[in-house]
Amino acid sequence: MPQVFHRSSNSIARLSIIGAAVTAALIGAIVYIVARSPLATGQHVPPAQPVPFSHAHHSGGDGIDCRYCHQSAEYSAVAGVPPTETCVNCHKQIWLNSPNLRPVRESERTGQPIQWVKVHDLPDFVYFNHSIHIKKGVGCSTCHGEVNRMQLTWQVAPLNMGWCVECHSQPERFVRPRSEIYNMQWQPPANQLELGRRLVDEYDIQKKVYCDTCHR
Amino acid sequence: MADITRTREEGGFILEPSPTRPGPPAKIPLLHPAHNYETVTRKITSLVFNRTPSGWYIGMAILGLGMMLFTASVGYLFARGVGIWGINIPVAWGFDIINFVWWIGIGHAGTLISAILLLLHQEWRTSINRIAESMTLFAVACAGMYPILHLGRPWLAYWLLPYPSPTNLWPQFRSPLVWDVFAVSTYATVSLLFWYTGLVPDLATMRDRTKNRFLRVVYGMGSLGWRGSARHWNNYQMAYLLLAGLSTPLVVSVHSVVSFDFAVSILPGWHSTIFPPYFVAGAIFAGFAMVLTIVIPLRAFYRLHDLITMRHIDNMAKVTLVTGLVVAYGYLSEIFFAYYSGEYFEKFFITNRITGAYAWSFWALILCNVIAPQFLWSKRVRHNLPAVFLLMMFVNIGMWLERFVIIVGSLHRGHLPSSWAQYAGTFWDWSLFLGTMALFLFLFFLFIRALPAIAIFETRELIHPDQSQTETPA
Repeated sequence: MPQVFHRSSNSIARLSIIGAAVTAALIGAIVYIVARSPLATGQHVPPAQPVPFSHAHHSGGDGIDCRYCHQSAEYSAVAGVPPTETCVNCHKQIWLNSPNLRPVRESERTGQPIQWVKVHDLPDFVYFNHSIHIKKGVGCSTCHGEVNRMQLTWQVAPLNMGWCVECHSQPERFVRPRSEIYNMQWQPPANQLELGRRLVDEYDIQKKVYCDTCHR
Repeated sequence: MADITRTREEGGFILEPSPTRPGPPAKIPLLHPAHNYETVTRKITSLVFNRTPSGWYIGMAILGLGMMLFTASVGYLFARGVGIWGINIPVAWGFDIINFVWWIGIGHAGTLISAILLLLHQEWRTSINRIAESMTLFAVACAGMYPILHLGRPWLAYWLLPYPSPTNLWPQFRSPLVWDVFAVSTYATVSLLFWYTGLVPDLATMRDRTKNRFLRVVYGMGSLGWRGSARHWNNYQMAYLLLAGLSTPLVVSVHSVVSFDFAVSILPGWHSTIFPPYFVAGAIFAGFAMVLTIVIPLRAFYRLHDLITMRHIDNMAKVTLVTGLVVAYGYLSEIFFAYYSGEYFEKFFITNRITGAYAWSFWALILCNVIAPQFLWSKRVRHNLPAVFLLMMFVNIGMWLERFVIIVGSLHRGHLPSSWAQYAGTFWDWSLFLGTMALFLFLFFLFIRALPAIAIFETRELIHPDQSQTETPA
């Protein structure tokens, strides 16, 4: 009876075993990387906004405090997007004819709020509260990055659960003195762990990693 | 009785059996004595190479309808969610878990026959091991679907696996439900490997005997270049033995872990140390019953009386009887432990099982699993095929009822009387159950027509060299 397969089939069969293993590993690696990439997390991409608002100009350049616009961050769950009136406080006086500000003037005239696009959009099943983080020594820039240098606003942190849990299980690596909360240039000092442990004690920071801490 | 005879060469005494000593009665041979190497091969391969019998088409037509029911049930389930089933609080596990445990139990006979009986040199496993192993695979396929289907969001089933996820979370390794994932997936993998390894030399036989060019390539790829050389056989036997060794603990471990799903909780009727051995025995009981349920019609349809003899049927019936007795002991000990615990709720629970709203299921279970198998004590019953088939149907139903009694019986009367409620399967519960049965038989029908249903080379090993008139290499 003639041979069914050519001699080379042996090599192909052996190679296919290695090939299957390599392919499986490759697929796993791709999924692993893509799941953590900006493609999945939406980091570093400024979404299109109705007004090209620049934090770099207002906060970095003019030196307006974060809380001038995001007043409720210290006292409530949400930091708060300012109403049009907050913008108009200044823009009644300056840049009156700027085409970029047309939606602001429109909003003021009609009373319809500006439809800002949310940059940091957590899933609805996550309970997050700004005020407790500020009270326990987590600065703005820890999560939001150096917003005062952003011409347009984008998301710096991956905002996935592993990222939250990283700090919740080791807060001493990230906390800073309460006096430095709004310091956007703050960098952890060389003795961060030592300082962090002291602050964890002082501020009574609890390492909460229970499901119901965030999923209520 | 043994005579003590002096052997002159040794100058001492040794024990030698007397030639006049009456031996056990002659057993029915495991293979018809007229068979030789050629006839065995021709007979087994004819199941695949002969023209497709019309009965096969009729069966496939009916099973095709069943498969449509299965697809519709799964599709509607995905569209609407588990609310289409009868489950709710407190009976949050219903047909889904009953059927999961039922199917996974059925698979166990295959592993027992292929692994343990191989290691124990029980030659009667030979002509039924392939059928039993295939049954294991198809039953595990049906079983494995249920835990995924019963998730509210089945597309997130991969969350059950430990993998480095961006959530930094791992499954709860203290939960038996996670152990279940490992137990069942290991079981499926090892069963598949064992089944396939056993097939390799037979696939080579199929390759060499087929006249169809396309099939020759397909079987040739499946046989992985098998030439039947001494080195091949040597490696093969070592691999088969190692796989048998690997599978042996699985016979015990898989269903023990399944029983932990219940035993680790604190619900009366579940929280019991008897569960692992009682579940394993029940699994083997159910598995052998299912092997017989399949083998008896198959044997009649393809006239395999010379390969699957009455001795096979008889042995399997005996295993069913023994494991049935273990299961009966389990039922008794549950009642005894409830009494002996002195705990109010345990006693209430067992009274409720025997006399409560679901007492019918308990008594039907006793009829099917305790009373019915007792007929197998009689050799006349064991050799009466319709009777054996009927008794095995009792066992199949009984083992389903056992899981119903355990799951629904315990859940519907939990510790909190305010949340007591009744349970009944809905149309979609039943349709999915029937659908998985159709899937199981559908796969089996395909298997019978595509692969040698009986291990050719192992059956040939049963032929004594003297008996074989023709010597044909593999």
